[in-house]
Amino acid sequence: MSSNPHERSTPAHAELARENRLIEIRREAERKGHVEAHGIRLPGAPFPVASPETGYYGLHLLKEPCWSWEIPSYFFVGGAAGSAAVIGAMANWIGGDKRLARDCRMVAAGGAIISCGLLISDLGRPERFLAMLRVFKPQSPMSVGAWTLALFGSFSVAAALAGIATDRLGLPVRVLGNVAEAFSAAAGLPFSNYTGVLIGASVIPVWNKHVGSLPIYFGMSGLNSAVGILELMGHENPALNTLGIGAAAIETLEGVNIETSREPAAEPLKHGTSGFIARLGGIPSGPVPLALRLAAAFSGSRRSRKLRKAAAISSLAGSMLTRIAWVHAGHISARDWRLPLEIGQKKDSPFLAAEASPVSKMAKRA
Amino acid sequence: MSPTTAFFTDSTVCIGCKACEVACKEWNSIADDGFHWTGNSYDNTGSLGHSTWRHVKFVEHAPEPGLGGNSPDLISWVFSSDVCKHCEVAGCLEACPTGAIVRTEFGGVYIQPDVCNGCAYCVVACPFGVVHRNPNDGRAFKCTFCYDRQKVGLKPACAQACPTESIKFGPIEEMKLVAQERMEELRSRGMNDACIYDPVDTSVEGIHALFLVRGDPRQYNLPPHPEVPTTYNRTGWTSSAVAAGLLLCGSLIAFLGSTKR
Repeated sequence: MSSNPHERSTPAHAELARENRLIEIRREAERKGHVEAHGIRLPGAPFPVASPETGYYGLHLLKEPCWSWEIPSYFFVGGAAGSAAVIGAMANWIGGDKRLARDCRMVAAGGAIISCGLLISDLGRPERFLAMLRVFKPQSPMSVGAWTLALFGSFSVAAALAGIATDRLGLPVRVLGNVAEAFSAAAGLPFSNYTGVLIGASVIPVWNKHVGSLPIYFGMSGLNSAVGILELMGHENPALNTLGIGAAAIETLEGVNIETSREPAAEPLKHGTSGFIARLGGIPSGPVPLALRLAAAFSGSRRSRKLRKAAAISSLAGSMLTRIAWVHAGHISARDWRLPLEIGQKKDSPFLAAEASPVSKMAKRA
Repeated sequence: MSPTTAFFTDSTVCIGCKACEVACKEWNSIADDGFHWTGNSYDNTGSLGHSTWRHVKFVEHAPEPGLGGNSPDLISWVFSSDVCKHCEVAGCLEACPTGAIVRTEFGGVYIQPDVCNGCAYCVVACPFGVVHRNPNDGRAFKCTFCYDRQKVGLKPACAQACPTESIKFGPIEEMKLVAQERMEELRSRGMNDACIYDPVDTSVEGIHALFLVRGDPRQYNLPPHPEVPTTYNRTGWTSSAVAAGLLLCGSLIAFLGSTKR
């Protein structure tokens, strides 16, 4: 063992040590016909090891999500469309703002159609979307979500068409439109936030550790973007600003919650590329629109309009970036083999007897 | 009633020949999974995936030396053939929105390729990272437990091909018994680190592919506490209801406030 290169591994002598060891191995081979001790390992070289400390060569055991750009975009569009349907129904029944209600129907229907398009693009062929409606499985958030989208899409498109028929063609379908609007709003309530449950109920640690807050986060992000779209369409109903303040405030709280979390699974939201995107999206969707909207609530109408437009653009960009960040963080989290293997968490393996303690001799040598 | 069947993979007699990988590919006509050198011992397969349903792991480590065991100064080299665990409560089966993933009469978990629509939700629902979407085809694939062979009373191709009977196949009760006996035998020979991997105390509630390994199962990428993601459903939907309540009450209050002004 005295010939182990680890024991005289000063950089200046490293090369010489390896050469000497090679000569030793050759001599031993000539003398005995075989070599008993270790070969040559470069000091500090990344020699791959499978051990209770490194798992299986540090390869990740979970699979990364197979979703591309369509899915975060769907999260964004679906969240905005679902919230718009609820805002529209309230504007119609309580606010008495018919113009806002009409545009909400358009946003909801348009969003539902784009959502279907994005999902079909992810699946590859249109008929594959219909396979989602073969069965209803309450234990699968994907199944619940697909049915919610189907219902939401049907009712919001019906409400939008009935609205056009009433306004442009003068057909007597106003009641039908209002009924469809009510159902569309009812389906919009879960549709705006179910995507949080969808990714939360998975094996990806960064997602399932946040399953209790993701739907609220996604729901508020969706509301924020719906308000943003409606304001950019020229609506100045003060209720929209109030909703925007509420959503931005809750998003800010969620951001603070993640930043102060000590949960190891939350790391991808704070470091690396996904952490950078999470912050790049978190700031313009939480604190920035909150400040702008609060300022707008206490300023003159012209100034207020400009501030609200700025808040709308900021929260739309932030909302999209937030969804991208969460999906990207899922990829990073899946690659972290330490979390599912519970490495560095001081828990013993339930499969080993106490006397056969999982101590790796490879790790001892290193 | 067909008996519930199981694999029992005894890594202590595996010789790392990869005959199971080849037999699986042959029987199921699976495409190659690339010809890459990983540098991780002799494992150039990497992991289970859409085109890899059996995967021989090459673990270089140092288990307890026993009778016929290793010198404590040498690295030991053990092999273990990995496969879909066919969980008692399967995450992929629970998550599948199309009903493409079913439980067969043999207790295995089977993806019906003609029903799968490629939503890839099973990929993030498997606590063992087994199911994978084929990027060229868009659908998810994994070990079928050789459903076609079992239907006509044959062993799965991998178990049939295994030259050392490292992969054993039979009724699950029998396999559990064989595994227990083998572990006790190894321990009586001084191999105290031999253990059976079967996570019965988690929400997975046990697997239909038992493994006997030496040392910590974590070095074989076997998670100590795999959980079925349906366990997160309750918290998720509660949170969803809170979010829906916030949206409903928020817009109610906002519009009531705006009309008063």
